[in-house]
Amino acid sequence: MATVTVNGQEIELGDDERLNGIQAAARAGVEIPHYCWHAGMSVVASCRMCLVEAGRKTAEGDVQMVPKLVPACQTPATDGTVFVTNSEKVVQARAMVEEDLLIRHPIDCPICDKAGECHLQDYHFEHGRDQRRADIKPFTSRRRELGDTVTLFVDRCVMCTRCVRFTREISGTKELFVVNRGAHEEIDVFPGFPLDNKMSGNVVDLCPVGALGDRDFLYQQRVWFMKSHDNVCAGCSTGCSIKVEENQDRVYRVKPRENPHINQWWMCDEGRYGLSHIHDPRRCLQPQRGDGSEYANVEWTELPAELEGKLRDAGRIGVVLSPHLTVEEAYLLATYIRKCDPDALLAVGPIPAQGEDEAFPNGFTIRAEKCPNRAGVEAIVSQLGGQLVAWDDFLTRLDGGEFAVAWVTGGYKTEWIDEPTAARFTNVKTLIVQDLFGSPLWERATYRLPGASFAEREGSYVNVEGRLQSFRWAVRPPSGVMVEGQLYWRLLERQGLFKARAVLDEVAREIAHFSPAATEIPEHGVDLKSNQLAGV
Amino acid sequence: MQANDPAIKWVEEPQLGLGGKMYLPMFVQGLTTTVKHLANSLSGKAVTVSYPDEEPEIANPLIYRGVHRLNKDAQGRVKCVACFLCATACPAHCIDIVGTESPWPDREKYPQSFVIDELRCIYCGMCEEACPVDAVELTSLYNLTGRSREEMIFDKEKLLSVYDATKDAEPMKSASLGGTV
Repeated sequence: MATVTVNGQEIELGDDERLNGIQAAARAGVEIPHYCWHAGMSVVASCRMCLVEAGRKTAEGDVQMVPKLVPACQTPATDGTVFVTNSEKVVQARAMVEEDLLIRHPIDCPICDKAGECHLQDYHFEHGRDQRRADIKPFTSRRRELGDTVTLFVDRCVMCTRCVRFTREISGTKELFVVNRGAHEEIDVFPGFPLDNKMSGNVVDLCPVGALGDRDFLYQQRVWFMKSHDNVCAGCSTGCSIKVEENQDRVYRVKPRENPHINQWWMCDEGRYGLSHIHDPRRCLQPQRGDGSEYANVEWTELPAELEGKLRDAGRIGVVLSPHLTVEEAYLLATYIRKCDPDALLAVGPIPAQGEDEAFPNGFTIRAEKCPNRAGVEAIVSQLGGQLVAWDDFLTRLDGGEFAVAWVTGGYKTEWIDEPTAARFTNVKTLIVQDLFGSPLWERATYRLPGASFAEREGSYVNVEGRLQSFRWAVRPPSGVMVEGQLYWRLLERQGLFKARAVLDEVAREIAHFSPAATEIPEHGVDLKSNQLAGV
Repeated sequence: MQANDPAIKWVEEPQLGLGGKMYLPMFVQGLTTTVKHLANSLSGKAVTVSYPDEEPEIANPLIYRGVHRLNKDAQGRVKCVACFLCATACPAHCIDIVGTESPWPDREKYPQSFVIDELRCIYCGMCEEACPVDAVELTSLYNLTGRSREEMIFDKEKLLSVYDATKDAEPMKSASLGGTV
């Protein structure tokens, strides 16, 4: 047990904790401003913003202070370490660093995308001088493209080198480096070797100022207009914790959310820029009833009664649960279908795969499985249905003429079913398809039900490592779309609005595999394997 | 709030003096003001005008808050840099901007579209105050009429044309107020 003193306040650190001054002070509720330090990368102590007074408490109880200021990021918090972060000397040092950074910083905050979430702005407001002593007129920054995803505003840079260290330590691709020295230092890439790794977007999040801009997001929206919603990336089965940032039901960007168990601080470009399907004009927006050629619009309100009539006593039902459904949605649909036909067959939809799993030096992995909830849906199917029926298996049974009714859920971002596969559904009397986009199967459907994208869903995903994360919707679905969970909730004639938490409670009670989810789901999710370890 | 709340300060009604009690002196005092205004009106110093036959005179166009305009820079380009600060400051949410990268090498960002709903606007002048480049200004045009609501939604071209129409009578305020030119 180590005791560290921060501004006179004593805090206890665990034996195996290795914290620096910034982290130790944060435990005591004291924020030490910093630019270059990031918990996920090596320490360079170059920005000098985190300078504090440090010292050591001797066994006799006196405190011996280091005569100079030391960078808190590079000073380990060990037993007896004393930090003073609010003395006159520290305050002066911070003001000096801020002034130095701002001498050559273009004051183009009005057109800088970082304004509003910029550390330089915030720290200057909190620690800087009231008056500018330099007489340099405001100027705009030089700009150059670093790659297809990131653009560099050269003069806005404060040379924290977080981005350089990211490409060396996390992505391992080493594209960025520092050119020139002293006051002429600049970030750059080698000619002909642009910043084009699969995690390049992270350098924009890392940049404490507006030097690195996301070309996808550039000038789209001012950050203070957007609301941030905790969500889970549906791009692959890693299930990175993300924040979806939207304004008036339009998603402008997603950012990674810190989760030590899954993605640390990062996310891949595929997830970050794979948003276009949410607001794609080709999305299906009208529930319809028809026979494969003629279609008539249906009202969502009429649908429960109509489907009930079609599904009850219609013969055997086969239901395909897409790996894009949340655990709650899969459970509700399975329950509903079981109510209509106790003998119904539950199957898992096709698992989209693309390439190979791709691991980065720090352990971050982009999975080949391009769906968020395979593990969750498979657990529902095998536990409720008694056996795990895969897509191919389902198609074989379909060819055998086993089903009178098929309910297929899609939700895939890309084309997922081809014409020959869809043609195998011709022997089904009633075909209900729920999907984001039109497909050969959609063309054959008796009922076409537009479905939701990940940002509109509410519920939980189980990632490839068996970690369950819950999230709420970030935007409302476009007019004409009913989110799967809400539809199933209505089909089951439950009272009020769809409540994912209430359904998850039910799932956790009924299916032993999900029992760790019975408690409140923390920000970082729960490990479903924990109950197996405990021998439950 | 209760009547016995200690935060409430109770004030006694002032006692009437002798003049007040006698009624007539106060009456004469009030009437004098009326007569003074009457005399002014009769001698042609009336403040009211018979609008629309007569147009009122705007005493100080610099502080009058009428229809907006979008200023142009020396090269005739829109001055606005699409920073959204006016839209942020606007209490009526009547400004809608779409920003994009500018086609000019010396400018980074400019408004692809800049729309002010003149019917929704409350003419408070906060947009003018928020603008860091003195691009949006309120003119002294007050007779704002239209046949439809759509007509009263001013887009970038219309706002720029208001500048062209008013720039001679009302030069940009920025120079006299020490702003950017």
